[in-house]
Amino acid sequence: MKKKWNSGSLKAWLYLLPAILFLGVFMVYPLIDVFVYSFEEGYNSASQTYYGVGTYNYSYVLHDPYFLQAVKNTFLLVIITVPLSTGIALLISVGLHSVTPLRNLFQTVYFLPYVTNTLAVGLVFMILFKKTAYSDGFINLLISWFGGSSVDFIDGPYWAKMFVLCFYTIWVVMPFKILILTGALSSVNQEYYNAARVDGTSKFRIFRRITLPMISPMIFYLVITGFIGAFKAYSDAVALFGTDLNAAGMNTIVGYVYDMLYGDSGGYPSYASAAAIILFAIVLTITCINLLASNKKVHY
Amino acid sequence: MEVILQNLTKKFPSRDRKNRRDVIAVNDFTFQIPDGRLIGLLGPSGCGKSTTLNLISGLVKPTSGRIFFGKDDVTDLPPEHRGIGLVFQNYALYPHLTVRQNITFPLENLKGKDKLSRAEMLEKALGAAKLVQIEELMDRKPGELSGGQQQRVAIARALVKRPKVLLLDEPLSNLDARLRLQTREEIKRIQRETGITTIFVTHDQEEAMSISDMIVVMKDGVVQQIGKPQEVYDNPVNLFVARFLGTPPVNVFEGCVRDGRLYIGQDAVLEITRPSEINVNIEAEANGDAQAAAERKSGKNMNVSAGRKIADGNVYAAIRPEGFRLQEDGPLHCELDGVEVMGRDISVVSRNRASLNLTIRSIIGTENMDRILSMERSAVKNSTGEDADMKQWASGNYADTRQQSPGMYAERGKRDRDNIVRFGLIPRKVFLFDRESEQRIYFEAVRHGG
Repeated sequence: MKKKWNSGSLKAWLYLLPAILFLGVFMVYPLIDVFVYSFEEGYNSASQTYYGVGTYNYSYVLHDPYFLQAVKNTFLLVIITVPLSTGIALLISVGLHSVTPLRNLFQTVYFLPYVTNTLAVGLVFMILFKKTAYSDGFINLLISWFGGSSVDFIDGPYWAKMFVLCFYTIWVVMPFKILILTGALSSVNQEYYNAARVDGTSKFRIFRRITLPMISPMIFYLVITGFIGAFKAYSDAVALFGTDLNAAGMNTIVGYVYDMLYGDSGGYPSYASAAAIILFAIVLTITCINLLASNKKVHY
Repeated sequence: MEVILQNLTKKFPSRDRKNRRDVIAVNDFTFQIPDGRLIGLLGPSGCGKSTTLNLISGLVKPTSGRIFFGKDDVTDLPPEHRGIGLVFQNYALYPHLTVRQNITFPLENLKGKDKLSRAEMLEKALGAAKLVQIEELMDRKPGELSGGQQQRVAIARALVKRPKVLLLDEPLSNLDARLRLQTREEIKRIQRETGITTIFVTHDQEEAMSISDMIVVMKDGVVQQIGKPQEVYDNPVNLFVARFLGTPPVNVFEGCVRDGRLYIGQDAVLEITRPSEINVNIEAEANGDAQAAAERKSGKNMNVSAGRKIADGNVYAAIRPEGFRLQEDGPLHCELDGVEVMGRDISVVSRNRASLNLTIRSIIGTENMDRILSMERSAVKNSTGEDADMKQWASGNYADTRQQSPGMYAERGKRDRDNIVRFGLIPRKVFLFDRESEQRIYFEAVRHGG
């Protein structure tokens, strides 16, 4: 009996082996390595040498104004885009769910941003928002129509740049959320709605008391992945503001890590590792807080 | 509250591209449901009974026809303004709310002058919970309840607003057999205590028969018969109704009428005549169905050629299991297949060439026990020459032997032509139906010698 179990579990491990090997080599090992680098001062990847071991890398990174700017940008981006994009996606999916004609068309339209290339879309956004010597850009045209003064969204004040970045991020992440939420909405049993209708429940109350709790696991999933995704934002900023994000003051934490490795000021894998570990710690903390907070609100 | 349905019809557009005809779920349903009664809508699946319920609830809009609650025309009212309570087949309890929250949910929707304080709500919820005896489960979530308990919560939620009409969609279909028996009594009790007009849908005829004050038998969207359960059982208007009601099911034979005699195979089993005019009318009125009565009259004219003689022709003869009488010189000859002793009575299983059912099942009172058992014993001896079976039914589980070797039976039937059981028939348990229209042919048995 025991032998049988052993051979069975051996088989199971054998089946798992490829995945374990793959994950071990390309995920676990690099993670540990980064952790080690972050404590090795002045590590040089070409010569594989370092001066000493300690927390200097962290201290340097945490005192670097570029890093602090990147952290501020990233947090702003997360706090603004995650709730907004989830909320708007929810509104749109509820809308989509309640219209019958042309639903498929709308669904396709809303899903288009998901399949278009980030950089290409960034270019389009830049054209929409950028102010050049020749034109003010489409958005500024609109603003001036309504009597406002034009703003340079790409090279102008910080709030304008932040606005564009958030707007862009929301626009990019929305389709996936809409897709997930329309799926979740249509999986709610129609009988609940019928029961609520018979009881004379108002539309808003049905939404708040029945629909929301029923799809709360999916919303929770979107919030968690939204947080993680927004913390890891980088390409969006590059698409809008170019590669020199530090100069534009629009760098993100991941952008900072990249710059430390390969950018014009790059060649510092130790600092990059320290920054990456800090990001990891932040994301882990936020996710844990999310999980704890959701226990009360999510109904499975 | 009285519920009146007038020519209620519901058509659904066809999804089938080849066949564009609309699906008629409910066809011209007219019925007056008396106040404070328990009504069972009965029919095989897909017969439109659930659609009828949804029409009454207002969740589905009728294609034509009107619905009245008392004097009020509610056809165009949305469900929330009709004052109904609806219990769904799968209960539709909100899984994220506790039992208490589920029951108070309808009350929280009340607005304006009907608005209740929190304490009043809880009191009403507790009242409803007490009625269905779940007051100790108030803090649980639906997922932590058994099927029967969920059912009760669903009923409590439907009752908490004191609806004028309570609608139940297949209320017992998700429960196990024992719980079903219990719950149907419960539904009857709740209905009696509250006095709320209750309409429930079921495909289980036993369920409908046992608790309804009246049953409505439907088929393909058309109402077949409406009446008290016993009346419908005793007096089915067509073959469908006769077959649908009753366990064990009615035994249907291909028969024919010749010279005022009913023949099943070669046996002239009954001498029959057309019933007197008065009887037909009384029957029709008892069924509360004037239209059916009119149809029957016209149908009767077709069957009558002269005087009170029933016209010759092919018929279906349907005989209730309790319509057989064991009789030495009985006119109906059947091959004996087996006897099942079930305590209260015995069920004789036999075969006849003319029978549409595979086997004929007749229920005989236990006073005939010895005779039929001795017949059965000799039959077994004759055909197999073994005593194995005897020992088995002597120990009281004779029914098992039938399952052991079904092949043995066919063989035994071949070998043993004289293994015949003879039945007399109880005329009022025999129904004749036209072979074409499957409508009932009414008759009266001619009695000889008193």
